[in-house]
Amino acid sequence: MEKVLMKGNEAIAEAAILAGCRHYFGYPITPQTEVAAYMAKRMPKIDGVFLQAESEIAAINMVYGVAATGKRCMTSSSSPGIALKCEGISYLAGADLPALIVNVQRGGPGLGGIQPSQSDYFLATRGPGHGDFHVIVLAPAAVQEMADLTYKGFDLAEKYRMPVMLLADGTMGQMMEPVSLPEPQEIKEAPEWATVGTKCQRKHNIANSLYLSPAELEQLNFQRFERYAEIEKNECLWEEYLMDDAEYCVVSCGITARVAKNAIAEARAKGIKVGLIRPITLWPFPKAPLAAAADKVKSFLTVELSMGQMREDVLLATECKKPVFACNRVGGMIPAPEEVLAAIEKMTK
Amino acid sequence: MEHKRLTLFAGHYGSGKTNIAVNYSLYLAKLGLPVTVADLDIVNPYFRTKDSASVLEKAGIELISSPFANSNLDVPAMPPEVYRLVADRARYGVLDIGGDDRGALALGRYVPMILEENDYEMLFVINKSRPLTRDAAGTIEVMEEIEEACGLKFTAIVNNTNLGKHTAAADIIASDAYAREVAEKTGLPIKMTTVKHTLLQDLPEGNYFPLHLQELYYEIKTEDALWQN
Repeated sequence: MEKVLMKGNEAIAEAAILAGCRHYFGYPITPQTEVAAYMAKRMPKIDGVFLQAESEIAAINMVYGVAATGKRCMTSSSSPGIALKCEGISYLAGADLPALIVNVQRGGPGLGGIQPSQSDYFLATRGPGHGDFHVIVLAPAAVQEMADLTYKGFDLAEKYRMPVMLLADGTMGQMMEPVSLPEPQEIKEAPEWATVGTKCQRKHNIANSLYLSPAELEQLNFQRFERYAEIEKNECLWEEYLMDDAEYCVVSCGITARVAKNAIAEARAKGIKVGLIRPITLWPFPKAPLAAAADKVKSFLTVELSMGQMREDVLLATECKKPVFACNRVGGMIPAPEEVLAAIEKMTK
Repeated sequence: MEHKRLTLFAGHYGSGKTNIAVNYSLYLAKLGLPVTVADLDIVNPYFRTKDSASVLEKAGIELISSPFANSNLDVPAMPPEVYRLVADRARYGVLDIGGDDRGALALGRYVPMILEENDYEMLFVINKSRPLTRDAAGTIEVMEEIEEACGLKFTAIVNNTNLGKHTAAADIIASDAYAREVAEKTGLPIKMTTVKHTLLQDLPEGNYFPLHLQELYYEIKTEDALWQN
């Protein structure tokens, strides 16, 4: 397809439509509002539903309703709005319903600010809501990936019957790059579990997360975690950059991975053998390449727009075999390549 | 190129208004004119005229911008100095209007003064590579929404077709028919075709306005940035 110039937020919206999503429920918040604005324009023209709910909580529960009918649906927000949606995300997970939740992160905690952040890493990867559960977390680092991972996110959600979170930083939402959009997907028939009416031909399907029998609830949790184990085995995504001969390894995702690439190029020019592992799925976290790197490199450096939340996953994946240094900026600040270069140089001393 | 006292750039969001406004104000300043550029964008949270503050200052161009631009506050507040610029007929003003009808709404309050003086150009910035303005029909839809929101009619078109730094001369040549179609259907003249200055050598004769782009984003090879497992 011919390339178009898109904002990251627009790329999410158009890719969702191409993936067959015809139901969007949201509430405006910077820096993701273009997702809603784009849907408001496009959905009425393609027989879709755009609904600005009265609150984030209402929006996520509308998603729950449509998800129960087996239709592709989504919501989007930014950090404080996602916090409000967590109860509904937990209910989606508890009822084994697929949905795409987009989080274009801004600084926190509290109302924080509108500038970019990656500080919802814990919230997203540890299960955004109460109870034992996970959502698949996808972290794009280019506008092209905003489109591709949105598209893939719907497939993953459906395949494993669970919510998927696209976790972008504000920069990804606001920046513009050329995009090749994916092919439009046919809108599928409702799956067998969907609550679309029995027509007196079958047993009722029920979308529910309340179980009166503790034993039954325990079994459901066990089954869900067997599915999670399968996802951890099959669905890890990551990018490796200049890792073949690397003696040092930078770990970063989203916008900071791009900054890190610049810094790595400069470090290489100075003769420092440094590479990058960029996790694309944050849950499941790509432990295998990091464990392999831990046997090879002298140390790691995480570069994040948080106080070092992903660093904990790097420590776990590498079993603390090598030191893990950190280069953190927060509050909406983004490190310059020179800052990351300085951190790389420090790591070699 | 002819210019008026006030030059307003409006259009679909992401069409390139801010970059053109900055470049156009530098052009006016080079002619020796006293120039002020005003950021009236109440829509865009990042990537504002303020990003070019040092370039503008060096060229002796005054910048009027919301005190909250590039800050953590999400308030659509208009700086009071915009009134002064619209009233002060000794200065040349370049007004960077926010995207779409929502952005253009902010212009409405100055329209009576602008019409009374009647020394302005209202330029419609178009980009064929944007998904909602890929054809003349979609582009004209955006144009009419903006005119209705702010109460001011466009006077000319600026063809700013581009794919960011990936723009090739062929993209600009291919956009010519599109720009002409928009011009014909709206009855508006094409004031100029804006192009990254490095592309000028590859283009045929035409009415081009060179842009000196700022690289706002960090490098990535998008093609090979996709995953591997």
